[in-house]
Amino acid sequence: MSSDRSSDKLVYMANQIGKFFASQGEAKAPAAIAEHLKKFWDPRMRAGIVAHLEAGGAGLDPLVREAVQRLRETMSAK
Amino acid sequence: MSLIHEIDYGTPRSKSDTMVTLTIDGETMTVPEGTSIMRAAMEMGTEIPKLCATDMVDAFGSCRLCLVEIEGRAGTPASCTTPVMPGMVVKTQTERLKRLRKGVMELYISDHPLDCLTCAANGDCELQDMAGAVGLRDVRYGHEGHNHPNPGLDESNPYFTYDPSKCIVCSRCVRACEEVQGTFALTIAGRGFDSVVSPGMEESFLGSECVSCGACVQACPTATLTEKSVIEIGQPEHSVITTCAYCGVGCTFKAEMRGNEVVRMVPWKDGKANRGHSCVKGRFAWGYASHKERILNPMIRVSITDPWREVSWEEAIAHTASEFKRIQAKYGRLAIGGITSSRCTNEETFLVQKLIRGGFGNNNVDTCARVCHSPTGYGLSQTYGTSAGTQDFDSVEHSDVILLIGANPTDAHPVFGSRMKKRLREGAKLIVLDPRRIDLVRMPHVEASYHLPLRPGTNVAVLTALAHVVVTEGLADEHFVRERCDWDEFQDWAAFVADPRNSPEAISELSGVPAEDIRAAARLYATGGNGAIYYGLGVTEHSQGSTTVMAIANLAMATGNIGRPGVGVNPLRGQNNVQGACDMGSFPHELSGYRHVSGDETRALFEALWGVPLDHEPGLRIPNMLDAAVDGVFKGLYVQGEDILQSDPDTRHVAAGLAAMECVVVQDLFLNETANYAHVFLPGSTFLEKDGTFTNAERRIQRVRKVMPSKSGKADWEITIDLANAMGFSMAYAHPSEIMDEIARLTPSFAGVSYAKLEAEGSVQWPCNEHAPHGTPVMHVDGFVRGKGRFMVTEYVATDERTGPRFPLLLTTGRILSQYNVGAQTRRTANVVWHGEDRLEIHPHDAEQRGVHDGQWVKLASRSGETSLRALITERVAPGVVYTTFHHPGTQANVVTTDFSDWATNCPEYKVTAVQVMPSNGPTAWQESYDEQARTSRRIEPIVEAAE
Ligand code: SF4
Ligand code: SF4
Ligand code: SF4
Ligand code: FES
Repeated sequence: MSSDRSSDKLVYMANQIGKFFASQGEAKAPAAIAEHLKKFWDPRMRAGIVAHLEAGGAGLDPLVREAVQRLRETMSAK
Repeated sequence: MSLIHEIDYGTPRSKSDTMVTLTIDGETMTVPEGTSIMRAAMEMGTEIPKLCATDMVDAFGSCRLCLVEIEGRAGTPASCTTPVMPGMVVKTQTERLKRLRKGVMELYISDHPLDCLTCAANGDCELQDMAGAVGLRDVRYGHEGHNHPNPGLDESNPYFTYDPSKCIVCSRCVRACEEVQGTFALTIAGRGFDSVVSPGMEESFLGSECVSCGACVQACPTATLTEKSVIEIGQPEHSVITTCAYCGVGCTFKAEMRGNEVVRMVPWKDGKANRGHSCVKGRFAWGYASHKERILNPMIRVSITDPWREVSWEEAIAHTASEFKRIQAKYGRLAIGGITSSRCTNEETFLVQKLIRGGFGNNNVDTCARVCHSPTGYGLSQTYGTSAGTQDFDSVEHSDVILLIGANPTDAHPVFGSRMKKRLREGAKLIVLDPRRIDLVRMPHVEASYHLPLRPGTNVAVLTALAHVVVTEGLADEHFVRERCDWDEFQDWAAFVADPRNSPEAISELSGVPAEDIRAAARLYATGGNGAIYYGLGVTEHSQGSTTVMAIANLAMATGNIGRPGVGVNPLRGQNNVQGACDMGSFPHELSGYRHVSGDETRALFEALWGVPLDHEPGLRIPNMLDAAVDGVFKGLYVQGEDILQSDPDTRHVAAGLAAMECVVVQDLFLNETANYAHVFLPGSTFLEKDGTFTNAERRIQRVRKVMPSKSGKADWEITIDLANAMGFSMAYAHPSEIMDEIARLTPSFAGVSYAKLEAEGSVQWPCNEHAPHGTPVMHVDGFVRGKGRFMVTEYVATDERTGPRFPLLLTTGRILSQYNVGAQTRRTANVVWHGEDRLEIHPHDAEQRGVHDGQWVKLASRSGETSLRALITERVAPGVVYTTFHHPGTQANVVTTDFSDWATNCPEYKVTAVQVMPSNGPTAWQESYDEQARTSRRIEPIVEAAE
């Protein structure tokens, strides 16, 4: 995703997901968020959010930032 | 094929388990206690003459034609109102009975016009039949005795007429309206010879409370209440059993035909979803199938500003395939996708997703369930392990407390609504959680115990508060939870809901619901016996839609209301095949039967049968497709039977996405709104023109049967096959039954389903496999599908769509009885007499503040856009809330809705939009320019070369 509008939207959506899983606590939430992104977001959206993290990750809530970090690791591991 | 004559047993079936044995005409007969003599006789094949009795309503005993003699009893009791007794000895035919019956018939006939030869009911009149049955040959009173003072023919209803001169005052219509439909629109006015059936306060049918369900027409033994189509065409000569294509109730009908022409649709008594009832849409609103605006030839055009050009099927298919291939060559494999339809059959939906996954080579497939029930799938699979409702519709007959959340069944699921009302009249209690005062809150003979008129967007908070009461007042069913659910998760959840911030008192202000009402409702649901939850789009279409579904699932588990008749969690699905479309693998991340595409074993199964590799990554969802199109990387779309431009949120964004694509293919009956942006139009077929199956909201798989040839030459499944073959992905099926065989082979929950089984059993509810060869009416009986039921913590998160000084009101959207979804079909029937336009409902207080008068044009504005429509001032909506439907494209309600959506599934937040309302002069500039664009876009050039 290139435009700012679309990365804003991805950040918004990722944070929304984060808010649901936040109740599972800091230990479990990042894995649950990362799993959700992996299961439901297509590769282009996932690449978009990872690119956004790499560009500083402005606006990502802390748990979500950690989740995207994990996502980034699994993606580069492949 | 011949006309199916269902046996009329005269009185309803008794539900008793105690059996009674008696003798009728010398034969011994055993029937359940409570059965009438009339019914017992009919069960052994003896039809006692009758006029006022019919098995859809309770006996009334007024005509005195059904007399019998009982040994040891004086007189001649009516067999319809006399229950069987052990050892009873009954005679149905004696000289005395013959004489008495003739006398009764003589009186009826002397008072009845004798224009039988030209009467619309000729051949289908019970009065005629009975005159024949009793051997009436002579009428001593002369035929001029019909002194009905009110000969006024009422033709106000668009679908049936009322001719009082033919009425025999049997009151079958009155009882049908009360007992079957539950509307209480009819009464018998006057006395004796002057008595006559009257809608409401002696109004016309159209002006009365009548909802045009047709139950009275079906019940009427004479031509008094008659379908206009029968008057026009004549009596049908054969019938075919099929399933309604309108809503998720899935009523079964006999399509009664004369040749290829439908004469009328009559609900089928053996239909397990509807039990012989219907609503105005299914029974009457099928005229769209032959509407003049239907497109019957394929069409293409280079640019969306060009007029359409009619072409042959071959050219249209070849052109589409070459465009899709060109786009993939230029922009990559992922640059195209498709949308399956909740209106098409299971087989058709399955083929579209197969074409996309196998032929396009990606998972960019989605369905309009995205915009309605996707949170149901997610929420219920997380908690219970399956993406569907837990009960059959019959279950409601065993419910003691019904908790209705964000659903309006009397409008959106009318036949189920009638069944629910019947149970409520029998004494079940009702709790309504809805911002609007829907009809069920208070209507004749039904009154909700509690109506919690919560502010739109606060579902999760209120449901968690209900759970708070259950947990903190010790009302949870600990035995059930320990045995059936994960105990640790329950405890985490219980601690969460018990937190004081989730108490009714804490939630009251934010939700606008008094704390005492939340407490009382929770106590009633938890302790009132069998508690059943029914919910609709008012639950799912929110940014916390999935969370709400989980909160509902939690509540049912905590109170032990799962796993037996009368309880459960039941999503009321919107369109006829939403359940089926989801089951068939229409979502980008799931293959049929809800199995994730990343599962290697599952994929291998499909790959082996289809002979192509499948992508293991989830594809794009509808909103993501549109975003990707705006970003320039998604270029081609195949849309079967959906109108995303009208049904999806934020119309301008949808329009921008579609306009950015190079090949949009719309397969539909009409040039819908999406087709304004299409390059190829493939004419689809109605449900009357094809074979297949639909799956209703209770997971019931039912046959759709072809009653006439396809008007465009191809059924929708045939079009998909042609397109697949043209793209080089081979598909060969001679009949939809072969597609179902493939679905069964690939989908564990459908393993036992075949057309032969459906033929034998009428219908089955999935899962249907070796563990449940006859299907599964109630789920999670001995254990949850996922093993242990899982409680999920449901933290309330306020939507970011907030009211403020600029947009102080909350808009919520819905639907009404006579119209269906985007209205493409219903708008093209006489149903428009009930709903000619969408109106904005506004509370008198809000209207007055803004100087808005009833019926006046108002502008409705949100952050996304603005539209105009006319106002309807009503106290149904609370102050601060406005409401409208989305049945008419001119209204453009979705110009106003935003692109906020459910966190888990992106289901749009239709139910909450902050808006402002102000008086206006008429349609907005956008509406006018949209209208203009739509008109230009629909031009069709005459055909250039003859299509074969
Ligand atoms: S059509 Fe239905 S609602 Fe209307 S009067 Fe007849 S039974 Fe009642
Ligand atoms: S209208 Fe038909 S059903 Fe109603 S009372 Fe008259 S004859 Fe009977
Ligand atoms: S309730 Fe639904 S399925 Fe039944 S007739 Fe009406 S629209 Fe059709
Ligand atoms: S049918 Fe029994 S009294 Fe009319």
